[in-house]
Amino acid sequence: MTVNQVSVFIENRQGRLGEVLQVLKDNDVNILSISLADTTEYGLLRLIVNKPEHAKEVLLKAGFSSMLTEVLIIKVPHVAGALQNILAEIAKANVSIEYMYGLSVESNDASIVMKTNELSEAEAVLNNIHVNTMSSKEIEAL
Amino acid sequence: MIWNEKMECMSNDEKAALQSERLVKLVKYVYDNVEFYRNKMDKCGVKPEDIHGIEDITKLPYTTKDDLRDTYPFGLFAAPHSDIVRIHASSGTTGKATVVGYTRNDIDMWSECVARCMSMADVTKDDIIQVAYGYGLFTGGLGAHYGAEKLGAMVVPMSTGNSKKLTTMMVDFGATAIACTPSYLLHLSEVLRDEGLLDKIKLKAAICGAEPWTEKMRNEIESRLNITAHDIYGLSEIMGPGVACDCREHAGLHICDDYFYPEIIDAKTLTPVADGELGELVFTTLTKEGIPLIRYRTKDLTSIIREKCACGRTSVRITRFKGRSDDMLIIRGVNVFPSQVEAALVNVEEVTPHYMMIVDRVGNLDTLEIQVEVDVKYYTDEIRGIEKLTKKIAGVIQSALGISAKIKLMGPNSLKRSEGKAVHVIDNRKLY
Ligand SMILES: [Zn+2]
Repeated sequence: MTVNQVSVFIENRQGRLGEVLQVLKDNDVNILSISLADTTEYGLLRLIVNKPEHAKEVLLKAGFSSMLTEVLIIKVPHVAGALQNILAEIAKANVSIEYMYGLSVESNDASIVMKTNELSEAEAVLNNIHVNTMSSKEIEAL
Repeated sequence: MIWNEKMECMSNDEKAALQSERLVKLVKYVYDNVEFYRNKMDKCGVKPEDIHGIEDITKLPYTTKDDLRDTYPFGLFAAPHSDIVRIHASSGTTGKATVVGYTRNDIDMWSECVARCMSMADVTKDDIIQVAYGYGLFTGGLGAHYGAEKLGAMVVPMSTGNSKKLTTMMVDFGATAIACTPSYLLHLSEVLRDEGLLDKIKLKAAICGAEPWTEKMRNEIESRLNITAHDIYGLSEIMGPGVACDCREHAGLHICDDYFYPEIIDAKTLTPVADGELGELVFTTLTKEGIPLIRYRTKDLTSIIREKCACGRTSVRITRFKGRSDDMLIIRGVNVFPSQVEAALVNVEEVTPHYMMIVDRVGNLDTLEIQVEVDVKYYTDEIRGIEKLTKKIAGVIQSALGISAKIKLMGPNSLKRSEGKAVHVIDNRKLY
């Protein structure tokens, strides 16, 4: 199951990141995970939030180029080598991973946010090896 | 040293007589050979017979860069193509280049002018001169080259782009003169210093042009290299470098006014201003055959000095340039119009029409950053996608301007919208 991630392009100007967070706070959006990929020129902010559509709209209104991107949130068991096994299976299916980052929720499992080129194929791989993904409903409830 | 005393030191009466004779001939020549001028003169109701002397020049219409664009590529040529031996081109205000053509006589005249200018810097046949302007469609390289050959100097056609080779040859050959842009010469002075070559060079003079520069830059160049630096002026529409240059007095630039008749006008009312008053420089090419121009508006702002110079020359002088009456920028010696950037960005669907050009000078070299706003629907959340877009825009800009620019993508509405005339340029170089 895929989940909508909110992506925001920000040019590296002082305070821009803070402004994004302020907009989300003012609109009662809860951030569950955040990742910032940056270069010297700009940053790409990726967010897992409880209300992605709402977050995207309020950010656009506030003048930020925000968009929704489908990603997978994979529940990874707390076992050594668990993530490696998953990645190996995905690689075998010739699916390439664009990026990934962690999501911490209070449970026994760790979770990984992952963007791949072929989401449905990646999902099929995960199903085969009995790895669970989180749904939008679960995210909303967090 | 004065290259051509007869022409550079003539009395005012002699000069007026020569200019009059040449203007009468020129007007008849363009009327007979250039449809554009024939139509334009007919429209203003002026015939070649109405022009009796140089004082009648104000009866004639102006020519602008747009006229060259509208008649691209050869519409203003007066000589048949079989008589044209060379083409040069410079940036136009939008996509199209401004093309000029030279007959054999034009090339000879140009070489004569450059030889005069180099003589103002006391360069002679005994000198070894490195020409470090670009060779090609740009007039700088070949223009300086032919002039230096006419002078009889030993010419080293370096062109641009390899500072290390240039400084090595400067030392090994014992070069005594150099022709290049002033900002490049400042850069070279640093290369020479860093390589510990400053006391090994024999350089004594530099002929610098193709971009505006300040007296402060001249002092800097002269003291760093222990040479005299001269300001050579020109534009391809009129000829190229060598239209004017300053002598050892550094009291304005002597115009080769037996070939190029200067006027200074008010850029708004288009009427002549008094001597000494600031205005836009206008040239009429008195003898050119390939693409003769009548009252061409250079858009360069300056004032005129008619008194005889302490160097002995009587040719009219213009003062250091005070700016432009249009928005043209000169970046790394290349003419750049914001409208070119605008025209180029129209073809990139991912960006909005809003852009900002930031020009600066870092370590004596010009830098250009172009900030563009990406249309919201074209953002990607992958670095790779952003980099691909940046590269695409950089390629479009490079091919439009002929120089590279750093492209900076900006978020939506992050560039200032101005009320009234949009501001598209921030020039931090303070050249005027
Ligand atoms: Zn003089």
